[in-house]
Amino acid sequence: MEMARTMTETKAVGASSTEAPKFKIKMSGRGVNVHYGAKHALKTVDIDIRENQVTAFIGPSGCGKSTFLRCLNRMNDTIDACKVSGDLKLDKQDIYDKSIDVVQLRARVGMVFQKANPFPKSIYENIVYGPKIHGLATGKQELDEIVEKSLRGAGLWNEVKDRLLDSGTGLSGGQQQRLCIARAIAVSPEVILMDEPCSALDPIATAHVEELIDELKSKYTIVIVTHNMQQAARVSQRTAFFHLGVLVEEDDTANIFTNPRDERTQGYITGRYG
Amino acid sequence: MDISVVFLAVLVLSVLGMQVGRSRAMAVAGGQARALHSRAGYYGAFVALATALPAFMVLFLWTAVEPTVIQALVRARLPAEIQALQADQLSLVLTTIENLAYRNIAPSQSQPYLTSAATLMREMHATANWLMVGVCMLVALGGFFLSRGRITVAFRARNTVEAVVKALMIVCSSIAILTTVGIVMSMLVESLHFFAEVSPLDFFFGLVWDPRFAGAARADQTGQFGLIPLMWGTLFISFVAMLVAVPIGLLSAVYMSEYAGPKFRKAAKPLLEVLAGIPTVVYGFFALITIGPALRDIGAVFGLDISSTSVLCAGLTMGIMIIPFVSSLSDDIINAVPQSLRDASYGLGATQSETIRQVVLPAALPGIVGACLLAVSRALGETMIVVMAAGIAAKLTANPFDSVTTMTVKIVAQLTGDLEFNSPQTLVAFALGLTLFVITLGLNVMALAIVRKYREKYD
Amino acid sequence: MTDATADNSPAGPLNSSEYARRLKKRHDAEWRFRAYGLGAIFIGLAFLVTLLWTIVSEGAPAFLQSEIRLNVTFDKAEIDPTGTGNIEDIMKADYAVMVRQALREQLANVGNDRAARAAAHRLLSSGADLQAREIVLKDRTAIGQKREIWLIADGDVDSFLKGSISRDTPEDRRRISNQQIAWIEKLQAEGRLKSRFNTTIFTRGASANPEMAGVGVAALGSFMMLVITVLLALPIGVAAAIYLEEFAPKNRFTDLIEVNINNLAAVPSIVFGILGLAVFINFFGLPRSAPVVGGLVLTLMSLPTIIIATRAALKAVPPSIRDAALGLGASKMQAIFHHVLPLAMPGILTGTILALAHALGETAPLLMIGMVAFVVDYPGGPLDPATALPVQIYMWSNLPERGFIARTSAAIMILLGFLLVMNALAIWLRTKFERRW
Repeated sequence: MEMARTMTETKAVGASSTEAPKFKIKMSGRGVNVHYGAKHALKTVDIDIRENQVTAFIGPSGCGKSTFLRCLNRMNDTIDACKVSGDLKLDKQDIYDKSIDVVQLRARVGMVFQKANPFPKSIYENIVYGPKIHGLATGKQELDEIVEKSLRGAGLWNEVKDRLLDSGTGLSGGQQQRLCIARAIAVSPEVILMDEPCSALDPIATAHVEELIDELKSKYTIVIVTHNMQQAARVSQRTAFFHLGVLVEEDDTANIFTNPRDERTQGYITGRYG
Repeated sequence: MDISVVFLAVLVLSVLGMQVGRSRAMAVAGGQARALHSRAGYYGAFVALATALPAFMVLFLWTAVEPTVIQALVRARLPAEIQALQADQLSLVLTTIENLAYRNIAPSQSQPYLTSAATLMREMHATANWLMVGVCMLVALGGFFLSRGRITVAFRARNTVEAVVKALMIVCSSIAILTTVGIVMSMLVESLHFFAEVSPLDFFFGLVWDPRFAGAARADQTGQFGLIPLMWGTLFISFVAMLVAVPIGLLSAVYMSEYAGPKFRKAAKPLLEVLAGIPTVVYGFFALITIGPALRDIGAVFGLDISSTSVLCAGLTMGIMIIPFVSSLSDDIINAVPQSLRDASYGLGATQSETIRQVVLPAALPGIVGACLLAVSRALGETMIVVMAAGIAAKLTANPFDSVTTMTVKIVAQLTGDLEFNSPQTLVAFALGLTLFVITLGLNVMALAIVRKYREKYD
Repeated sequence: MTDATADNSPAGPLNSSEYARRLKKRHDAEWRFRAYGLGAIFIGLAFLVTLLWTIVSEGAPAFLQSEIRLNVTFDKAEIDPTGTGNIEDIMKADYAVMVRQALREQLANVGNDRAARAAAHRLLSSGADLQAREIVLKDRTAIGQKREIWLIADGDVDSFLKGSISRDTPEDRRRISNQQIAWIEKLQAEGRLKSRFNTTIFTRGASANPEMAGVGVAALGSFMMLVITVLLALPIGVAAAIYLEEFAPKNRFTDLIEVNINNLAAVPSIVFGILGLAVFINFFGLPRSAPVVGGLVLTLMSLPTIIIATRAALKAVPPSIRDAALGLGASKMQAIFHHVLPLAMPGILTGTILALAHALGETAPLLMIGMVAFVVDYPGGPLDPATALPVQIYMWSNLPERGFIARTSAAIMILLGFLLVMNALAIWLRTKFERRW
């Protein structure tokens, strides 16, 4: 019964994605391997991520989906033992190339984390942090504009416009997560990576964020890691299934959920493990 | 009979009680250890405790009270005209008598009443000693036999022993409170004596420190006891110390926790902490023979006249001592900032230093402020470095190349050498000590509260 | 969102040359910041190295001492005129005459001029007669005999041999005359003046002459205080910690104790000295300068540290151990004393040793209780006048003679040596018994 409802929803989303047959490849990975010390965390991953679509990474915990997500803006650089090899491209440019500045890369490929992590500063300061360090705005006026635009973009403006100078940590969980999304889009990235953004939220807050993701895809390319298959079905156009460090299959979301090619995918989406 | 002999005798009896209690318990149980409520050893411990504890208590109280009682008795037998003397002169007389009686130090002017009083005191002391031995042994034996008599099969020896042990532990815990009470009371009492002679207004707001010598003190020449110059010197030197320790300590902590690889950290961190393990008297000597002359030479190059006991010298040395204190506290605090905040900042494309300066340090600020307050309190109370490397003249100067003096220097100066507990020259040290204690206590309470609140925030 | 900030094309603000310039500046700032951090650590380490280097370079020469080997005749008529070995006669005898006589015989060319004789006598330490007396006190058969013994040379001779008095200084500004230099060279040529390993510094007490001063007496005073401290502070501290950690109910009284202990750990040490002066000496009438008072003061000072360390060690023992013991029917007290405490012991001992190391280096409170006395003889018990190693260092550092700078540094080296041993012991304990639960 539960499954059936998901299926119909999936079809609806899938149908909308097929109405836009033309797409561009925003990011791509070829033969990506990741080692954490002696552990081989990701094995030869090949994937294309389409522009202005939502791509969902699903799979059981420890399958490598978050690891791969963190390769896409080189967040793994902060972990000493982590070694990434293979080919990862953003707009046909190798992001692990020496000429690429990781600071600039992360401005182009933003990230939203599992647990909302607003800085212990005011809401306003949270939003302008990125634009300020990248020098994207000059003067108070421009910063004010960015704050309003980003908060509107994250659907948070009406809730917080009267208390922009209050601490960001005083907001509710869902608001905090949308604040983090607003903070990410304030830098106007091209790609937004989301690492299980709703796992710590209640259903209503989750619904808010999911709506937001759907709106954001018109301007940004979005990659989302999720534990929740219904969520993947609801928000994404493409879905990639990871299992034990291997990218098992990647396809239109509708296909993955209705007609998986691999039996491991089949097993996972029917709830046999995970 | 010496106190230590009584102590040992009670101890021996107590050990004996251990054996007796155990065998008595086995006897009442008819050799069946299982019949007893507790294991046989607990009955032994019960007898041992019942023997030793009351006797030790009597011993302790006796030693504490005896001198006061004897003094009062002797005083009551002194000639009437002596008894009519003022309190401080009377106490001087009594001290003389005690010296004569116990330490055989003859007074400068021998008086017949002194000798007779001393003889009386010595006799009383001897009698009291025998009495003490008798009472102690009686109490010990009483405890021994009473407790032995209480041993039955059903007697809950373990519960009793554990209750006593627990009570002892509570007493041990209260020593911390007693120490604080002792500190406050002892300094308060002497400070009140001081304030009886010198007005608190003159002390707390006086601008001149010139106590004169204790011996030369006459009614018209008590000297001036202004706290302000000492307080200024203390704050000035501590300020210079913080100017050295906070940037170096904080930057070291940042590097250790954010940049350094595990190998570098493992080598450098303990090395830096060696600075904290070096006794302060060594720092004082270092200031005296290395830093002072070095600063003077450097000053000479620039045509500056730097005193060898300059504020700079004492402050710099103290700063070096405090570096590891600031750095290890800050290190802990920076490590407590959650990684998720750093990730958020990196995810937005901030560089590591931007993340540290704009996210990590502001988040850690309350904790770091707490750590710095603790460091300030440490600097204010530091004694040996300033005694050896700072000046002795109480000056109100803002020139860091000049020398100033501090409260701790003056406490040491007033309390070493000959003490007269009735002259303001000695008593002022207690008022200074009390002031220092109150200030550092305030800083510590504040700092510990801030640090604790900070820890709770990120736990 | 139609303006530039929302523009995703490659020509966006992130690709402008202005952004590239800014990026370079940001990376430069990054390197600068990193360099500041590294610089701070190296400044700290440079201070450490300078400090240790100063101490070692100043102190190392003091471990060698110039001594002169002389044939001293122990004159029976002077030392033991009655022939009964009367100890008072032996103590009173004038040994200086004997050693000076031996020196003049050795130099052979002193003559009878008073000034020349005085100059010759100044080659020997004024403590040389004490050394001669000690030989007699140790071995009565020496009386009436001629013995070849090493006697300590004067501090100036020592300084000259170590190069801190230069031959090039004009004679009138030099503490050693040309004649004395000639004698020194003669003695050296005969192999009778040598730098030998300095045992004085380890065995003797305070002295006005640097060459006769040692830290032995002070070290014994420190040792006595540490023994008293460990005997009192360890049981009391452990008992208090066990109560607070395992038994204490959460109420205002135990809260008060907790706040109190944390604050006591940060109270300036000099305040403890004032407490000791007011309570132990003034109120209880214990003698000044006595190790027992020092031990009590250091006990009160170390207690908070030991309590905090013990509580941490108890906390580190997992509750499952307690549960296991309680589950077998042990009382709470038994569970703690039989199971938890032994497991926490390495941690407790480590904390205690570190607290003791700290107490060993503490000076200020000891000044308050009068341990600044000039103590020549070993204290016989905890109530005798004594001094402590760091206090001895403080007192020597006030003395102007060149020889005392070296002695002070050497004493610091000895103190740091003790601290090093204690810390090494603590680290060894920690690594050997460290347990990860």
